[in-house]
Amino acid sequence: MTIGISIIVLGVIGIIAAVLLFIAAKKFYVFEDPKIGEIEELLPGANCGGCGFSGCHAFAVECAQAKSMDGLICTGVDAEGMKKIAGIAGLTPVEAQRKIAVIKCSASCENRDPRNIYDGVRSCAIESALYQGESDCIYGCLGCGDCVKACPFGAMRLDPGEQLPHVDLEKCTGCGKCVETCPRHLCELSPIHTDRPVVWVACANRDRGPVAMKECGVACIGCTKCRKVCPVEAPSITSFLAHIDQEKCTSCGECIQACPRHSIRSSAG
Amino acid sequence: MKTFKIGGIHPPENKTTGDSPVVDMPVPGELRIMLSQCIGVPAKPIVKPGDKVEYGQMIAEAPAFVSAPVYSPVNGTVKKLEPTRTPQGIWQDSIVIETDMDNPVSWPAPRTQEEVNDLSPDEIIDLVGNSGIVGLGGATFPTKVKLSVPKGKSVEYVLINGAECEPCLTCDDALMRYDAHNIVKGTLLIMKATGAKSGIIGIEENKPDAIKAMKAAVSGERSLNVVTLKKKYPQGGEKQLIYALTGRTVPAGALPIETGCIVDNVATAYAIYDAIYNRRPLTERIVTVTGPEISEPGNFRVKNGTSIKDILDFAGGVPEDTGKIIAGGPMMGKAVSTLETPATKGLSGLVALPLSESLRKKEGPCIRCARCVSVCPMGLEPYLLMLQADVKKWDDMAASGVMNCLECGCCTYTCPSYRPLLDMIKLGKQELRKK
Repeated sequence: MTIGISIIVLGVIGIIAAVLLFIAAKKFYVFEDPKIGEIEELLPGANCGGCGFSGCHAFAVECAQAKSMDGLICTGVDAEGMKKIAGIAGLTPVEAQRKIAVIKCSASCENRDPRNIYDGVRSCAIESALYQGESDCIYGCLGCGDCVKACPFGAMRLDPGEQLPHVDLEKCTGCGKCVETCPRHLCELSPIHTDRPVVWVACANRDRGPVAMKECGVACIGCTKCRKVCPVEAPSITSFLAHIDQEKCTSCGECIQACPRHSIRSSAG
Repeated sequence: MKTFKIGGIHPPENKTTGDSPVVDMPVPGELRIMLSQCIGVPAKPIVKPGDKVEYGQMIAEAPAFVSAPVYSPVNGTVKKLEPTRTPQGIWQDSIVIETDMDNPVSWPAPRTQEEVNDLSPDEIIDLVGNSGIVGLGGATFPTKVKLSVPKGKSVEYVLINGAECEPCLTCDDALMRYDAHNIVKGTLLIMKATGAKSGIIGIEENKPDAIKAMKAAVSGERSLNVVTLKKKYPQGGEKQLIYALTGRTVPAGALPIETGCIVDNVATAYAIYDAIYNRRPLTERIVTVTGPEISEPGNFRVKNGTSIKDILDFAGGVPEDTGKIIAGGPMMGKAVSTLETPATKGLSGLVALPLSESLRKKEGPCIRCARCVSVCPMGLEPYLLMLQADVKKWDDMAASGVMNCLECGCCTYTCPSYRPLLDMIKLGKQELRKK
């Protein structure tokens, strides 16, 4: 008998609740473009912000409402994926140049003698704010791995021996999270082509040549040799530091051979 | 016994040099004088390489109001102007002077008591400004700016800080034991310059000799008082000292002048005496060199620009297993990253720690014990500030009052999980200052 009453009472409460929920669902119904959901399915869901929007959902909303795909690029999706997204949005896909992050420091421990040992918090932000790093170079990588922690795609790893971050070319999407994280501005986004590697100056030392030479074994000293050998004049030198213009560079590798300091690197290894 | 109300800790004092006299360190052959020796705009050099300079000659002028000029501590020749590393490893401009050993310094003729009595308050403030005097407690705020009381404000008390709450340091203690009378003369000058009616000298209870010497020195002065303070860190913090001595609370973000008080260190008072009576600009200070392994620790009067290495060599050399050398006291000082860096106006001590004592312990998770909250002398919540800094919520940190933090380090000292609370708080303060 008691069981019967309980079943009836709970059943009635259930029915009332169901009716209320049905009314609420009808009354507060929000229409969402089904395209948004479909696009979001294709996005990586890392919310990295590389597209310029606050997250993957915001990007999907923008795609669904946009009139053209101009400027709408998710760095975490390959060209095939972007075509699919454009297809769902009913727009023509725009070919985008893929970018990857390169690290503008190549000074491993043997190239750059530590003058002292930093024993504080393993965070580049704090080390650069309170001290100037362990070596004499005040421009180079601090090796605490803030960029590695910041990477939403797991594309970076810290080499324990070298104390330098390395970028996995397959995984890096060029979202730019590391660029904004590095307190020494050592990460740079560089366009990568399918047929040839990226060539860049892996140094940020702006000290005069003799000073830079003392500070680090692989520091760029601004000797202009790279500029002299380059057939397309891609390297330019400002404040004793070379920088390769990726628009001009043809990845011929002449500068890598010519650099007396071995500070120019290629993504081909 | 008087003390401040909230927070505070009792670290072991380790004041091994508490009985040591003040020893003059010999003048080194080369001095590297930093141009940025005060909070504010760095001084601008007015000498060039090859120039002969004399003791007390201005070598760099103050380009702004909140700045202090720099004077040559020796007779010598300017060798070059080049950057030198600060203790933190940052390159900053400096003047390198080669000492002329054959031409020792001849002191200028001192002012008589009558001449000093004839000085007006404004003249005293100008003389203080033109002697390069900055707060010698460690903050290095230009004293001229502090003494220039803004319009509409008045100074009731001049508080002289002889608390020296930092463990290990005894430079103020030594000065009070040996030059108490001159500190009192300096204090009277500060009172005259600011128009204050009375002065209080606060000294922590662990310095009985200094208290005795200062009490004897003020015995003839009815406007001066020596007050014994409880031994508690950070008793010498500006706001803590004001509360302990006058019972007044400085509002958040305000300057001590709002409560009618001016706080100066005993060494600053002495520097003012030296500048006005003896016509000597600030070119030297007392530095405590100590550490468990240092063979000849002591309180040394060091010329501005002497390299830290020379100072340590004078104290018997750097012990072999040294892990860290701290510029300043062990609580608020910073580990030096190079021994080439020179002594500045703000260097109160050098503490050499053996490797075993200097390494940080492994950080654990926050267990919400709230010890950091109970010891914070500013009533902040360090654990919360650290969490906010971890997720880069700088504005939330500002709302939690991070800018009131005086960086005393009580929170990190007391944390049972060895969490780097102060490092994260400092990061937040720096990010907020950037904005």
